[in-house]
This record gives sequence, structure tokens and C-alpha cells, in this order.
Amino acid sequence: MQGNTACAEGALAAGCRFFGGYPITPSTEIAEHMALKLPKTGGVFIQMEDEIAGIAAVIGASWTGARAMTATSGPGFSLMMENLGFAVMTETPCVVVNIQRGGPSTGQPTMAAQGDMLQCRFGSHGDYSVIALSPASVQEMYDLTAEAFNLADRFRIPVFVMADEIIGHMREKLVVPDTVTRDDRIPLQKGNLPFRAGDSLVPGFPAFGKGYGVHVTGLTHDERGYPCATSPSVHEDLVTRLVNKVESARNTIASCDVINPDAQVVFISYGAPSRAVEQVLHDIRRDDVGHLRLKVVWPFAESLLSRFANAETFIVPELNMGQIAREIERHTDRTVIPVPKLGGELHNPSDLARLLEELA
Amino acid sequence: MSYDEWFRDDRLPHIYCAGCGNGTVINCTLSAVDQMGWTKDETVFVSGIGCSSRAPGYIVADSLHTTHGRAIAFATGIKMANPDLRVIVFTGDGDLAAIGGNHFIHACRRNIDLTVVCMNNMIYGMTGGQGSPTTPQGALSTTTPYGSAEAAFDLCGLAAAAGANYVARYTSYHVKELIRAVRTGLETPGFSFIEALVQCPTNFGRRNKFRQVMDQIEFFKSHALLVQKADRMREEGKKIPDDMIVIGELARRNRPPLGVRK
Repeated sequence: MQGNTACAEGALAAGCRFFGGYPITPSTEIAEHMALKLPKTGGVFIQMEDEIAGIAAVIGASWTGARAMTATSGPGFSLMMENLGFAVMTETPCVVVNIQRGGPSTGQPTMAAQGDMLQCRFGSHGDYSVIALSPASVQEMYDLTAEAFNLADRFRIPVFVMADEIIGHMREKLVVPDTVTRDDRIPLQKGNLPFRAGDSLVPGFPAFGKGYGVHVTGLTHDERGYPCATSPSVHEDLVTRLVNKVESARNTIASCDVINPDAQVVFISYGAPSRAVEQVLHDIRRDDVGHLRLKVVWPFAESLLSRFANAETFIVPELNMGQIAREIERHTDRTVIPVPKLGGELHNPSDLARLLEELA
Repeated sequence: MSYDEWFRDDRLPHIYCAGCGNGTVINCTLSAVDQMGWTKDETVFVSGIGCSSRAPGYIVADSLHTTHGRAIAFATGIKMANPDLRVIVFTGDGDLAAIGGNHFIHACRRNIDLTVVCMNNMIYGMTGGQGSPTTPQGALSTTTPYGSAEAAFDLCGLAAAAGANYVARYTSYHVKELIRAVRTGLETPGFSFIEALVQCPTNFGRRNKFRQVMDQIEFFKSHALLVQKADRMREEGKKIPDDMIVIGELARRNRPPLGVRK
């Protein structure tokens, strides 16, 4: 099965009932598959007039209580940024799949890249935190998309599936699990203030049409949901909670593969470049070379680095100019070697192997 | 029940300036909703950004105060995901016709079952009086200090051309007509668009020879031209003066709608 189709199937298995979007290469097969399948499962597919409207419709649908998603690529992702900030501020669960292609601008529509990894974290204005997953196989396009809905409901945030053209268009065997675990959003208890959060820092969800009479605004709001845009303390408390509800849980959100934890040299990868790293490890058969493969990139769980107690060097191949390498550098005193790759093709395993030889 | 039972008492005082016409339109809309017998649990109000868009925050019902220009796109998602909900959009001329123009025409084309009420004050009121797509040619604003050089949009003409099932225009002077028009919009399956011209004494009137609140309302009264009369004038080859406001039902038809309650 193709990666993009597996993504759509994973969403359907997770109970996604709404897709709003706009066609864009190389993500279009996701919309096409949802257009084919959603009406047959009682769901709704709507092709909107642009990506701004696509994410807007998804957020609106989510407020009816439905699991909702969109899929896009670079130019469409850029258009979505303002409304993604709205989803963060209003604590709207939604899933956004980005099949990354070469940028800036129209760039390379049919070639792979990982150039939007910082944009998904910081692209909308203001301070906030989100979750970004990075599938490295067709199987993970299914599994991680399904899991994205659980994380979106649990934390009431947009969750990003940050794939790329290679994984999206790759064809591999997919094992469809018998069941997909669902961890749905918890409804607001009647009588509680809609934006007052308990210890989880995530308030219960007051879906529209259930008698809550909730006012939802992108303005800074108090626990009643009422605009309160000039109070320094209300703003500080709200934004701090929105960031902390994700960041304080980063070690439990974290998901990764660890190979050779005693290694001195450790590759750190996410998404498609992981395939090149796996080939290198397969070819060289050295247990002093390790691999940390991140399935969750944001929030970045720096504790994962200490799983490699003997690490002297981290090598970070990315299909960008070193976006996550920067984040790793922030958290370690070991040597970090970014291996940027632009142009749309994967790192050649022999180039990575040569880099290891040069280090020796 | 009456319309005032739809207000959130704990949000008062509201942000509208003295003499603002938006309150009239909100009252008219809620009166129409009330006449329909719709309940607070099934009715959702959606808005974008601007003075008009603060309205849902004063209403006791589920409401979504969204980003600038995008209210109709958000409302489309709500209505498509749950057609049982009654969805009403409050918007303004800048929100609807400038930044949100594309969503507006596509919602008309889809003929999605929304009722959109536009408070057209012909100015960006909340940000201090900049020119909008409906600022009349020659009118003064902070961004058209020598008079607007651009032609204004005919919002109703846009909606009718793009396929809306119901289109009407009145003003804040025409209270009874406005309630009836909104009610007809609520009753009509598919996309309904009601434009209400409103006075903005703070940011439009004082720069454009309507120094008192009543000056602009008097203008609405004296310059309103019923659509039937306007049609007759056109048939007779008479020119309709540029400053006349054509009011009434401007489109009523039965194109297949989208997202209607089953």
C-alpha cells in the first residue's frame, strides 16, 4: 500500500469523521482516499476553496465533537499557520498531515524534504507548544496517524504528522491491526468552567450542541471562555498552561527506537533519513555505532539523549539544513554533526558510512 | 421567550460605542431566531474579527469567535459535521468582503445551509476607521484621507451572482423588515445572506457629514429605495442615483442546498 493511502486508512481506523482540505502535491492521495471512503462510513469529506478554509472547517467540525483532519504540503501548510494558532488558543483537537516537499515557496512539489520541522513547531505567532510525529514507513503512516488522533484529543491541540514525499509515495506491506486503541477527549463536566483545567492542565471538552453554551474565542480568555485581552496575569496564566500541558508531558509523549545504547557514535534521525541510517547500521555491523530514531519530534524529549551514556558524537542526517540538529545542540555538550541534504533525494548510505570512517 | 433572554448578562457592559448600529442588528437577529422557536442548545453563532464579530460573545449559546475573514469556513465545518445544528454567522464588511471574500462566494456557490448576517458600516470600525471594500467612492477614512478612489462592492449582488438561495438588504432604520428578512433567511434551506447597513458614528459618521447618530439613520431612511421601485425605474430607463440604497429581497430561489438538517 502507498504511504498516503495508509495514512488515510489509519485515520479512518481511528474514527476520523471529517476531512476538510485542498489538493496539493504530494499529499493529494490522502484527500482522494478520504473522499472515497468517508461518505461510506458516515463521515464527511469537503474540498474547501483553499488551505485556510480547510483547516478552518476542520476546527469547526472538531467543535461538534468529531475527530477531524486535513492533509497538505508546504505552501498549504504556510497558509494554515494563523488558524493553527487559533486551534492552539482555543484548545481544539485536530490532526494535520504534512507530506513535506522542497521549499521555500513552490520549490520542489514532487520531491521530499523535512524543511517544515521548525515551522510546525513555531510557525504561528505567539508562544505555544504542539506535538509532531514523524513516520518512517508505510506502517507508521497508518499507526502514527491513528495515534495522532489520541494525542490531539488527550491534549486538545493540533497534532502534526510530519511525513515527506518519500514516505507518502512509497509502497510497502501494511499490517492492519485488528483494533486501534482510542483515547477520546474527555467531555466537560456540567457545571465546571469550560477553560478551567485540573492537574492534567487540559480542561474537559464542551462540544457544541450539548447544552454547554460555551463561548470559544481566539482572544485571550478567562476560565469562563470570555475575552479578557488586557489582563497581563490572565494572558500569562493561559499561555503558560497551553505550553506546559504539552511540555510537562514530553517524556510520556516521547516515542523512539534505540539501537546500541552503549555506542560512542550515535545517529539521530526521524522520518525518511532513518531508512538510510538503518542501511548503514546493517552494512557496517558495528556495535559502537548507535541509532536514536524519533517517532515523536515535538515536544523534544531531551532525556532521550541520555539513553546513550557513552555517546561522544551525535550525527543528525536531515532533509533540511539542520533544523532538529539545532535543537539537539541545545540539550547536549557532546559533538553534534548535522548532515544536511537538500534537493529531494535521500542521503546515500555510503556517504553516511564514509562520514563514520572520517570520524574514526 | 423574547430576544433579551438570549443575552449573557455577565458580559455587560458591551464594547459597542454609543449610537452604534450593531446592537439593532443583533436584536433583530435574535428576535428572528426567537420567532423560529430555536433553542440555545441547537443554535451556534460564528463570527470572524471586527465590531460585528464580537456579537456571539454576548449571546447565551455555543459560539465560535474565529480569525479574521474565516468565519464562514469555520461555520461550514460545523454545519457539515453536524447538520442538526442551526448555524448563524455574524460578520462585517471588512471581514466578509475583503479578507474573507473567497470564503463568502464559495459558501454561496455551495449553497450551504448557513444564515450570514453582515453588519455593513462601510468602515473598519474596531481599528479606528480605515477604508473597507464597501466604503463609498469619495468617502473619507483614515486610509482614504483624500476620499476613497475605489468603487465599493455590492455585497448582495455578489451573493446573488454566486448562488445564494436568499439575499436581502435593509438598514438599521428598517427594524421590522430586517427581522422578517433574517427570519426568512433562517427558514430558507441553503445559503442566506442578509446585509444590514449600520451607522458608525465614531469612525464613519464623524468624517462623512453624519456628525450625529440620527444623521446617518435619517440618510438610510431617505435614501432607501425598494427593489421593486428600483426595477421599475430601470425599466423606464431612469438612472438610479449613486447614493441610493436598494433595499428588499434581492434573490429568492431554490437551488439544491448543502448541509441541511435531515
